[in-house]
Amino acid sequence: MGRADRPFDIVSIGALMSDQRDDDGIVLTEAQKRARRSRSIAIALALAALVILFYVMTLVKGPGVLIRPI
Amino acid sequence: MSLASEGTDFHRPLAAGGLAEPSLATVGDYIALMKPRVMSLVVFTALVGLAVAPGSLHPITAFTALLCIAVGAGAAGALNMWYDADVDAAMTRTSRRPVPMGRVRPGEALAFGLTLAGFAVATLGLLVNWPAAALLAFTIFFYIVIYTVWLKRSTPQNIVIGGAAGAFPPMIGWAAVTGSLSFEPILLFLIIFFWTPPHFWALALYRADDYARAGIPMLPVVSGDSSTRRQILLYTIVLVPLGIAPWLIGYTGALYGVTAGVAGAIMLGLGWQVFRERPPAERASRNLFAFSILYLFLLFAVLLAERGWGGLIVRLTS
Repeated sequence: MGRADRPFDIVSIGALMSDQRDDDGIVLTEAQKRARRSRSIAIALALAALVILFYVMTLVKGPGVLIRPI
Repeated sequence: MSLASEGTDFHRPLAAGGLAEPSLATVGDYIALMKPRVMSLVVFTALVGLAVAPGSLHPITAFTALLCIAVGAGAAGALNMWYDADVDAAMTRTSRRPVPMGRVRPGEALAFGLTLAGFAVATLGLLVNWPAAALLAFTIFFYIVIYTVWLKRSTPQNIVIGGAAGAFPPMIGWAAVTGSLSFEPILLFLIIFFWTPPHFWALALYRADDYARAGIPMLPVVSGDSSTRRQILLYTIVLVPLGIAPWLIGYTGALYGVTAGVAGAIMLGLGWQVFRERPPAERASRNLFAFSILYLFLLFAVLLAERGWGGLIVRLTS
């Protein structure tokens, strides 16, 4: 099977997802790792806050949220 | 068209393998993209609009509305910094922002702004109401497309028309409670709308070199110093009666009337001093710029205390 026939190159994706690439790729410095970690934590907290917000607002709105025209 | 696409390169250098250097952007850089100081003024004026509106709103719903308005304002700030990276780099006041510093790439700022805008509008619509969400969406659109992309680089009237974007938040707050608009929020809109030109032109008078270097056609750059000082005075003359208008129509009490009258008289006095001042003197311009912030804060704070605070407490406890 040719390369064009393979929409997902598992080896390439794996290499991209890892911190290190075995050819001329990128090796993250400690500062870059710290920055990425802090961004990841912030995104996780924001998403968790959004879930909690929707949950609490559903409670605030009460059973009325289920009464909607189809 | 942004100059950023005409040669100024804010992208980080390429690492080995031709890939962009990984980001060093911290959470603080992304918070800076949201222009937190502007956001705080937006939240405050929106809170006043929300608190003075008739009707009731559950406190958590009110909090959600303000959160969405804040995030929407942050989205607008990020999108503004994406488009204006070249201008920001050329101006002393803005040269240390995350994009011109190279800590956040323009594409990252764009993606961040669009994501926040989408979430803010959708959440406001789903959890509060769609009229307020539509107003928030229009405000973001107005600030980015009408002001940042179109007016800012093309006309000295940029901040006059573009100032509407900063005047919408009280209307969004009002719409979050009522689902509609009426004369009162439009009056709050007009106060901020006519406050914006004297405020920004006072700043532009003593930052004219900065704006000229960045190629922004602010009024002092295009029409000169004298014309700007005259326009500042004229807009202040329109602003002061508008500031008193809520009391004149019986919408507020005596405290607001006295505050708006005294603060308005000081604004007029400072506007007159700016009109009389000649460069290189800039003290009157600096004084007007500083006091204009206090003026708007005072008017809205007293309005909140007189009209809104009682209502807000009722909502929080009901």
